[in-house]
Amino acid sequence: MEICRREDKLEISELDPFLAELLRQIPASANPEGTSAAEQRLFSPPAGPREKEICAEWKLYVQPELRRLFQTATETVAADLEQLSGNEKTFANRTLRIPAKHADAWLSALNQARLVIAAKYNFTDGELCDHYRSPIGSRRDLSLFQVNFYGFLQEFILREVSDCPEKNSD
Amino acid sequence: MLAFCMSWQPRRGSAWVAQSERSAGKISISDQNANPATIDAPVIEKETRSEEDLDLPWQVVVHNDPVNLMSYVTMVFQRVFGYPREKAERHMLEVHHKGRSILWSGMRERAELYVQQLHGHLLLATLEKVS
Repeated sequence: MEICRREDKLEISELDPFLAELLRQIPASANPEGTSAAEQRLFSPPAGPREKEICAEWKLYVQPELRRLFQTATETVAADLEQLSGNEKTFANRTLRIPAKHADAWLSALNQARLVIAAKYNFTDGELCDHYRSPIGSRRDLSLFQVNFYGFLQEFILREVSDCPEKNSD
Repeated sequence: MLAFCMSWQPRRGSAWVAQSERSAGKISISDQNANPATIDAPVIEKETRSEEDLDLPWQVVVHNDPVNLMSYVTMVFQRVFGYPREKAERHMLEVHHKGRSILWSGMRERAELYVQQLHGHLLLATLEKVS
């Protein structure tokens, strides 16, 4: 797999079927439904339990907006991943081109997926730092590899967008 | 890039309303039971604290999360607070090593907005009253 920036696109080329499949799983992996730990992580409270008013208003007004925000990001990523649709054989050495303007949507979707997977499997700090663990083993090992692979993509995208970070200064 | 176009605006709860009322200034008459003919001239006590001063004790706290990348957290601090990279990295490292960092303190409304933006970037952030 090669990853680089070409003009206004981030390009992931020479994708083997395994990594292509992991990419295709980003939107599904980012979905916290059915796992309360993942749901609680993505929609954590904005204040301690004593601030009942703030928490109640947050749940009513902010949480639905956050849900929409996260969903919009995963939908953008899913649309980009259409480039990889097709049968498994056609994945071989495929190239995925991500418009640079979708970088933030990818950062969000990758982060959602990493947080949801980590919450589902309750990975320890030690496991999350173990970048050399083989994905071939248990489902847990594969999921840990998935978290690290998505983290690697995040790092690359971050490097590419770090030129224009400031947007909301006082 | 993802634009934060949330329609929600922080609402003023009872505590906020009470603070607002306090900040409006106070006028008192020295002896309210006195005969109107002999009433003293009203003594006006000026309220010198601004609304912002009254609303100071709120802080935005970010908590450690082993999943979020350090570089990602730094970028979010730069974007949300407009901090230079060095300051953003200092806060990120404080979160990483101490488990939490106070990113900002001030008015409740703005603190709520910051927490909302941090959650939009999937960071663990809370709003706390300064004890």
